[in-house]
Amino acid sequence: MVTKIWVFFILSGSLFYLFSGNVSALNEQILKGGTDGLKLLFSMMPLLIMWSGIMKIAEDSLLLKKFAKVLRPLLRILFPSLDSNHPALGYISSNIAANLLGLGSAATPFGLKAMQALQNDNPNKLEATEAMVTFLVLNTGGVTIIPTTVLALRISYGSTNPSAIIIPSIIATFSSNIAGLLYDYCKRRKKRYE
Amino acid sequence: MIIVREERNVMNSIANYLIPFFVIFIIIYAFAHKINVYDSFLKGAKEGIALVFDIAPTIVGMVLAINIFINSSVIQFVLSFLTPFFNKLSIPLMIIPMALIRPISGTATLAIMSNILATYGPDSFVGNLASILQGCTDTTIYVLALYFGSVGVVKTKHALTSGLIADFFGILMAFLISYIFFR
Repeated sequence: MVTKIWVFFILSGSLFYLFSGNVSALNEQILKGGTDGLKLLFSMMPLLIMWSGIMKIAEDSLLLKKFAKVLRPLLRILFPSLDSNHPALGYISSNIAANLLGLGSAATPFGLKAMQALQNDNPNKLEATEAMVTFLVLNTGGVTIIPTTVLALRISYGSTNPSAIIIPSIIATFSSNIAGLLYDYCKRRKKRYE
Repeated sequence: MIIVREERNVMNSIANYLIPFFVIFIIIYAFAHKINVYDSFLKGAKEGIALVFDIAPTIVGMVLAINIFINSSVIQFVLSFLTPFFNKLSIPLMIIPMALIRPISGTATLAIMSNILATYGPDSFVGNLASILQGCTDTTIYVLALYFGSVGVVKTKHALTSGLIADFFGILMAFLISYIFFR
């Protein structure tokens, strides 16, 4: 699926450049793509390494497990296929917590660690497990209670009421996530009956 | 102006205290439980470096494709056909590209959003709508490529459809709520 999107982006973009006769701009985009990608990677790298280190401490001290226990009722509904001691649950909980607080840069390392832990006992390494899909839906929905970046931007443009959008944002993000999770749930149920 | 300053102070202190509190708490907790904190950190950081190398190809590949797609103005071209339709619904036009790009690129939407805030003001209807749109969902396609790419999963099942359904609902709700709250 990701392959199709990738091909679609590159082909439709390139064809549009070619038809509008803007070959030099396309050329520049292709040559610049690697630099931009690595720039993004390098900007994430210090935080990825730092958070992986901190989270290892939390894991070794069993704090992660405790945290997962707090969120257990929620996790049991969302991830019925994972048993309650699954190592991924600690990372999933931390990822959810970081997302809720609007700490996107901290949420990504937890999310990637959770994916690794889920992949460890995946019988078919090329195919996503049910838990992976649900976890992805949660992350693409990005449940945020405090949209930190948006608030910062609004303040910098001189808003008289920067936090006016917090409640509307929460309503929007929760309905969007519930829609995604419901679809995922129906898909899982349907598969079980087949 | 005083109100603005207070808001900023509250937000700053929440964001500023959160991460240090988190880090300090983890370290103190582990230290109290007689964990060799520094060894654990080094072990984890080493895994973090492996993680960076794991995701490097995915990120370079996706950024290349997203750059070509967004900068080629394909979206603006498609939009030019839809303009009369949106005009009829009295949907502000500058918000549409932002809604369309939202699932694809976070940085691109952020750029459009700050443009809208600068032009129309953050407290205008469009400004509020753009802010909600930015906060209501994440960049589905990027997250999908990154998370699955990092572990080498190719068959993603219904993850993309679910993600896009969530995006669609988020965008729809953002419009509805803005009309209710800010019109």
